[in-house]
Amino acid sequence: MADLTALRFRNRLYYVLLAAGGLVALAGLYAVHMMESHGHIITGMNNQIVWGMPHVFAIFLIVAASGVLNVASIGSVFGKSIYKARAPLASLLSIAMLAGGLTVLMLDLGRPDRLMVAATNYNPTSVFAWNVLLYSGMFSLVAIYLWTMMERRMNQWSKPAGLAVFAWRFILTTGTGLIFAFLTARQAYGSALLPPMFIVLSFAWGLAVFHVVQKVIYAWNEKTLDPAILQRTKNLLGIFVIGSMYLVATYHLTNLYFAHQSGFEHFILVDGGVYPTLFWWGYVVLGNLLPLLLIYLPGLGKTGCVVAASLLVVAGAFALLYVFIIGGQAYPLNIFPGFTVSSSFGDGQIASYHPSIYEFLLGLGGLAIAFIITTVSVRVLNFMPQDKAYIPD
Amino acid sequence: MSDLNTQRRQFLKTSLGAAAVAIAPGMLLFDTAHGKAEAGSSKVRWGMLIDTAQCKDGCNDCVTACNKENGLSGGTAATDSQWIRKIELKDIRSGRELSLPMMCQHCEEPPCVDVCPTAASFKRADGIVLVDRHRCIGCRYCMMACPYKARSFVHEPLQDQKPDVPRGKGTVESCTLCVHRLDKGQQNTACAEACKNKAILFGNLNDENSEIAQKIRSVASVQVRADLQLNPGIRYQGL
Repeated sequence: MADLTALRFRNRLYYVLLAAGGLVALAGLYAVHMMESHGHIITGMNNQIVWGMPHVFAIFLIVAASGVLNVASIGSVFGKSIYKARAPLASLLSIAMLAGGLTVLMLDLGRPDRLMVAATNYNPTSVFAWNVLLYSGMFSLVAIYLWTMMERRMNQWSKPAGLAVFAWRFILTTGTGLIFAFLTARQAYGSALLPPMFIVLSFAWGLAVFHVVQKVIYAWNEKTLDPAILQRTKNLLGIFVIGSMYLVATYHLTNLYFAHQSGFEHFILVDGGVYPTLFWWGYVVLGNLLPLLLIYLPGLGKTGCVVAASLLVVAGAFALLYVFIIGGQAYPLNIFPGFTVSSSFGDGQIASYHPSIYEFLLGLGGLAIAFIITTVSVRVLNFMPQDKAYIPD
Repeated sequence: MSDLNTQRRQFLKTSLGAAAVAIAPGMLLFDTAHGKAEAGSSKVRWGMLIDTAQCKDGCNDCVTACNKENGLSGGTAATDSQWIRKIELKDIRSGRELSLPMMCQHCEEPPCVDVCPTAASFKRADGIVLVDRHRCIGCRYCMMACPYKARSFVHEPLQDQKPDVPRGKGTVESCTLCVHRLDKGQQNTACAEACKNKAILFGNLNDENSEIAQKIRSVASVQVRADLQLNPGIRYQGL
């Protein structure tokens, strides 16, 4: 009888969660409707900051969607059993986040109704156009990979499918990095370091999201995760965080090395107002140093600490993307080197940006879509990691 | 028998005549709307030479003329479209001050065309870089890529558009070098025409007898951000 009550509670919780997710998604849809009828005037974006808060959400989701597949790759490609047991969940999260991120990106377009044009008119020199192929290819590949893992008769194909996903996601995140790397005229972008930086960032962000979702699912199923397994994935998160910090530091140090970039670096790292604050406190301290302490400090590193560290890594990701995307546009374009300039179009001035509620609603709507896909799938299909008695491999 | 043939011929003639009368006005309108078909020829490269010595600080005539010609509001809020703007410059080392108009530089290798996912940004055979308003999905990637910050995004619904210059909410736009004028056979842009000091010289860079080509041969002029090697069609004298 007690079991039945517990079951009823879980059922009810499921519908409450679904309703909550649905409400947030609806709020996102409302924001889209408002942006459609009034135009982008109701957002904080303008002709200087052309990509705003929706892009922060979308790029986080897309980059994390690629990185979370790391868990699957270590299982399929490198044959580690504890990761293999988690590959289906990782693949599901990847599809869910990709769907959420792309929805935000599409609905922020000036003319989302013309999406068909993007499919029928294809410019082969555009990184954006490449990404249309990369994203849809990723969807299909991960779906096939999931099928080979979850359908017993297809199990023999899961290794090659895993290998294909492994290769594809590297190319995909390279593509995401290239969107910025090809913008040679802007001081913040146009660096060959960006694709590898995004790849390593994706590892950390994806694994952090995975940790949080895994914790919730184990709690949902009233199971406890073997601490030895958590020990391994938490150490991996630590290494990814250190790796991404290294690449972010390298990106800024190379910029500092070029004299013409020092003004921009000074802006982002020292006197740019909200941007240095977000970079140092948000990304470096909250998003990197604190998680590293939670992971590595003797006496810490238990389940609660790992989940907290993971949540902090996600918060740090948002801080970094805000600085990278918005701060990168806020610093004036250097059209006339050697001159101070002024005009009615913001030349020579730091652009101001105040994200509006609609941008947040749209971004949160994307998160809600990822949340709904995950919740429903986890409920309907068996994504619970099935661990054998743990043997280190 | 022959009477029948005559009647049939007469009928065919009348029908053809009626059809021609019915179609002609349509064809005429179609032709008018599309302007001259031979306008976009690669024999032509439209361009400008801007003499900064003649461009007066505080004068905004080119901007006003552009706004009027293209039906822009003339507002200067961060969300308003500005196809051409006046930039005041001061040399950091010498302190020399100058003023110049800045607009789409109509590059030979335009980054906006490279990055546009739907090929809505395109370059005509005569060198004019345009946005196809029917293809633009409003992703703003071209605005990120443009080294001259020449493009604007339409943030609000538009009213009272000029029939010759279609625009659209949610799409990106920029200076068209008054392509609607050129396609009607006119030889000058609104900004060049409005400049009292003749600071803007417009013409065909490929025609060696044109005034602009001759002047470019005789005076020193530069392209803005020439280091990017985009070969813009707009050149500046005295910069």
